[in-house]
Amino acid sequence: MNGNMNLTLKVWRQKNSQTAGKFVTYKAENISPDMSFLEMLDVVNESLTLKGDEPINFDHDCREGICGMCSLYINGHPHGPKQAITTCQLHMRTFHDGQTITIEPWRASAFPIVKDLAVDRSAFDRIQQAGGYVSVNTGVSTDGNAIPIPKVIADEAFNSATCIGCGACVAACKNASAMLFVSAKITQLGLLPQGQPERYRRVQSMVAQMDEEGFGSCTNTGACEAECPKEIKLTNIARMNNDFFSAKLFREEEIHEESHGG
Amino acid sequence: MSLDAKIPQGPLAEKWSKHKFDLKLVNPANKRKYDIIVVGTGLAGASAAASLAELGYNVKSFCFQDSPRRAHSIAAQGGINAAKNYQNDGDSVYRLFYDTIKGGDYRAREGNVYRLAEVSVNIIDQCVAQGVPFAREYGGLLDNRSFGGSQVSRTFYARGQTGQQLLLGAYSALNRQIHAGKVKMYTRTEMLDVVVVDGHAKGIVTRNMITGAIETHAGHAVLLCTGGYSNVFYLSTNAIGSNVTAAWRAHKRGAYFSNPCYTQIHPTCIPVSGDHQSKLTLMSESLRNDGRVWAPKTAAIAEQLRKGTLKADQVKEDDRDYFLERKYPAFGNLVPRDVASRNAKEMVEDGRGVGASGFAVFLDFADAIKRLGEETVKAKYGNLFDMYIQITDENPYKQPMRIYPAVHYTMGGLWVDYNLSTNVPGLYALGECNFSDHGANRLGASALMQGLSDGYFVIPYTLGDYLAKIGPKKVDESHPAFAKTKQDVLDHVNKLLALKGTKTAEHYHRDLGHIMWEYCGMARDEEGLKKAKGLIQALKVDFWKNAMVVGENEEVNASLERAGRVADFIELGELMVDDALMRRESCGGHFRIESQTEGGEAQRDDENFAFVAAWEFKGENQPEELHKEELVFESVHLSQRNYA
Repeated sequence: MNGNMNLTLKVWRQKNSQTAGKFVTYKAENISPDMSFLEMLDVVNESLTLKGDEPINFDHDCREGICGMCSLYINGHPHGPKQAITTCQLHMRTFHDGQTITIEPWRASAFPIVKDLAVDRSAFDRIQQAGGYVSVNTGVSTDGNAIPIPKVIADEAFNSATCIGCGACVAACKNASAMLFVSAKITQLGLLPQGQPERYRRVQSMVAQMDEEGFGSCTNTGACEAECPKEIKLTNIARMNNDFFSAKLFREEEIHEESHGG
Repeated sequence: MSLDAKIPQGPLAEKWSKHKFDLKLVNPANKRKYDIIVVGTGLAGASAAASLAELGYNVKSFCFQDSPRRAHSIAAQGGINAAKNYQNDGDSVYRLFYDTIKGGDYRAREGNVYRLAEVSVNIIDQCVAQGVPFAREYGGLLDNRSFGGSQVSRTFYARGQTGQQLLLGAYSALNRQIHAGKVKMYTRTEMLDVVVVDGHAKGIVTRNMITGAIETHAGHAVLLCTGGYSNVFYLSTNAIGSNVTAAWRAHKRGAYFSNPCYTQIHPTCIPVSGDHQSKLTLMSESLRNDGRVWAPKTAAIAEQLRKGTLKADQVKEDDRDYFLERKYPAFGNLVPRDVASRNAKEMVEDGRGVGASGFAVFLDFADAIKRLGEETVKAKYGNLFDMYIQITDENPYKQPMRIYPAVHYTMGGLWVDYNLSTNVPGLYALGECNFSDHGANRLGASALMQGLSDGYFVIPYTLGDYLAKIGPKKVDESHPAFAKTKQDVLDHVNKLLALKGTKTAEHYHRDLGHIMWEYCGMARDEEGLKKAKGLIQALKVDFWKNAMVVGENEEVNASLERAGRVADFIELGELMVDDALMRRESCGGHFRIESQTEGGEAQRDDENFAFVAAWEFKGENQPEELHKEELVFESVHLSQRNYA
């Protein structure tokens, strides 16, 4: 087909978390510009498999930018060179014939390598488990319209809630900080009336878990915001810090009471 | 085995309330003596696991992804129906029930569908309480929009990411129970078999997708919430990992598979661009609120559009055929999915398809942009337009979208009774994994409703009844059935790993997809289906001879995972074809060319086919046995669907 490309890939291969990894060079030939980046890797993997070699392992699932499973550090950028998309939404028309593309996994000690380009992001789940919820059991009988929520507040909460938990913010950060990810959930629930009763307790427990997982601190560089496929704003971090200090300074007793009363 | 749907007696509106009272309860102190296995963490699985854990049961939850939040429910775009009647436009539980039964072309159970409509209102309340940021109006109240097959606005939504927000709500409820120690979560773990002891499901066999360890898990009940099987078509809107393996292995252990031929082809997807394509992307049905579907009036104009010598916005108004508005003035662009899909196909067959391939029609927003302004359109559908731009490199604010139908959802699934129990006691199926609520065609914004209904509001009641009856005594993993089933799984894995042929599993998957789409897709006939059966049988033989699987079991092995799933899809494909052959009528998404009205609509045969097909596995390469559950309609009158 006209306009198809030949590319050189430098791909990080690593059998598992215990063994050392290395870059391996592959040729990706006759690649259509209409292919997605992951479809290009499918083509490479198909030929590796037919040769009896192990295909390049990478995480992926929905292939439409919403499940958050795909990752990849492409030519120095999480999810590749384009803004506001995930790797699965990146198309090969972004690249040109003859280009060399370097593909690495997320690099952060809190995200150990699973195999090749796939990493273990279960630390994110544990942070959510520490408090990323409103404690309501199934079966509430309050009508959904009982508490009106101003549209601007609902919209702002939604903007934070669009985080897909992919980990690009951590990968982009020189400190491997997870503050953008954590603050997105804290902001969503902190803005909504439903989230108020546990607001200060939540921020403390989620931040404590974040620290325990070994993520770095935020130094306000803003790389996370720049690379976030869902354009989660840095102001989320400001809100989280605000709630965190407020909890520390003025609400220790309340939090203490709650955890005993729980 | 008899097929008793266990629909409660009594008036439709009182069935569920009465049934809830009649169900046995497990007292709070005894609940902790029961272990429940929940496979899958989508809307049905996550909501069930969280709700059951809240009640006090010990839950083990499994997903094949790296986190429960990745389940494919997350990709649902448009919305969730609920009979709240907030718009004062005449909605009611009965109307939602009626629309759903009619939309399903009268092939669903009245009792189930009424219950679904009844609990729909609770779902919205529950999700709001969890902090799900639904769209709101300036007054602060919940906003609604319209979806196909209904004349009221009852769809709640969160921009074009409703599934994501609902799933993250259920995920948060699940997280709370994981934190409380009531749910033990197993990620990157794939279920490969069900353990059946004395006719009851007592556990599962799984493969750890990191280490390859084949493990057994015992429980008092097993809930399959593992989604649908659209990926049997290779190209679909499902996630790449979505597969039928859990449901299929359960089927091979005795669970009946119902109505496998009922598949939904969604009318508005981004057209296929080439052979490299790995999946298709949906453009939400909500777009049909404002987008107008059209094709050029003549093949000659279509030809110019295909060649690129004419642009869509240059086609004169008189040369456009807004075929849905023309044929169905009452519902217009919001006819049900099966109707819209078939009409698009007709346009293409009439030589009026557009786009380079000719397999597309237009979905045009020019009028909406003129009427509402680009900003408003952007606020409503911005993320969908962005997705379209990313994939096609075209700007839908300037040129109409090109759309074409694609496989999106499967109404068929494991047979379940009113309690969501399969015919294997202790084995339940929830959400898209079961067959129960959508008949032969699912209306938009109903999948999220059903998944959450099953998980939050049905299974917590119905499961207790079974558990109370069997008592807390547990069959543990020392029972020989566990070792036996584990060995069967190991043998299967080793058989796959021994394949050292010349074609990848992906290759077979693609071939299967072509067969299914060609002969068991939007239109089916006897001759084509018979041909497909032969092709699938040959494909199966070829797969077990010439497939290539690399690597070992004791590592991350995507090649092995894929091969196992494709092998199951091939077997399912044959059953789908059998089911489609057997059902010599058209209904909803199942369109038999031999059975259509003069106007080309699906022609049902209520006299002979008003039943649920439930297929029983009879052994490898043996024909399956058909069981029938007659559908009894007490409240609605069966009529030819008419959306004009």
